[in-house]
Amino acid sequence: MTLTCPECEGAVDLAQPPRLSEITSCPECSLELEVISLEPLALAAAPEIEEDWGE
Amino acid sequence: MKSLAVLASRVRFEEKRIFGALERRSVRYTHLDTRQLAARLGGPPGDGLEFDAALCREISQSRGFYACLLLEARGTRTVNRAEVIGACGDKARTSLLLQAAGLPTPRTALALTPSAGLAAAEQLGFPVVAKPLTGSWGRLVTVLRDRQEASAVLEHRAALAAPQQHIVYLQELVDKPGRDIRVLVAGDEVIGATYRYSEDWRTGVARGGRSEPCPLSGELSELAMGAARAVGGGFLGIDLVEGPDGLQVLEVNHTPEFRGFSDAHGEAIDVADIIVTHLLDAA
Repeated sequence: MTLTCPECEGAVDLAQPPRLSEITSCPECSLELEVISLEPLALAAAPEIEEDWGE
Repeated sequence: MKSLAVLASRVRFEEKRIFGALERRSVRYTHLDTRQLAARLGGPPGDGLEFDAALCREISQSRGFYACLLLEARGTRTVNRAEVIGACGDKARTSLLLQAAGLPTPRTALALTPSAGLAAAEQLGFPVVAKPLTGSWGRLVTVLRDRQEASAVLEHRAALAAPQQHIVYLQELVDKPGRDIRVLVAGDEVIGATYRYSEDWRTGVARGGRSEPCPLSGELSELAMGAARAVGGGFLGIDLVEGPDGLQVLEVNHTPEFRGFSDAHGEAIDVADIIVTHLLDAA
């Protein structure tokens, strides 16, 4: 499944099956992207790292 | 049929493998995005938040901690428990628990203001490592080589707004061989270990390092299991270093990533499947 990067309009391929909240990145502009909807399939810029993020 | 949930706002390599492992076993589960989670304390029944067990894979420690508190209050078994997330998510608390358990860990000091941090660093002896209490991947971790560097870094810490940043956690800089060790533990099982190499002195994979399989010696397994038990147990990633005087436990991670581990071990160890077994055992 190929989608369009909301930042640079580059082609973004998603592995099957796509998952809600899945993180991927645009191969053209390197922006980190999040799957925000499955039906219809849609991408948005992923949230920036926060201070309490971690393992 | 048990009712299970996986808490995650960010579905990465690890969460995708966990979802896949649940689906291969035909285990029904709910993926709960904690960014959407709001619940009345204690009820009402039927609001969709009744689970036998929940696996917390939440990247935000705050959201993961409170999500587990909410679910535990409703009788859900959480992996890991909020208490464990709280213990691992604060380096000072982790160090105190490791020390209390008699485990080898680097010399550590805690100063309750940045100005008290300078004397604490001098007492520990330069070089020392300053770490934020919360966080991973070596973010904001700094080596202070002398009094001048320490003064500058502590001055920056004093200027930060968050009160937690004013608590100064300092640790001796362990002379390690360009790598550290990550051991994964699930309940009473030591899953395996990897060496993590990096050009950066902070050797975690997130800093661009690489992982290779590490043989599981009796000592390594014992220390890792001891550290896991010290923080309350569960599915945990224990980081150790090989210091001049032997192995030392650095920290315990409550939501460990395992991409580097899987790259190193390949199909020999299916971490996601082991996590699912652990979750089902907890349910």
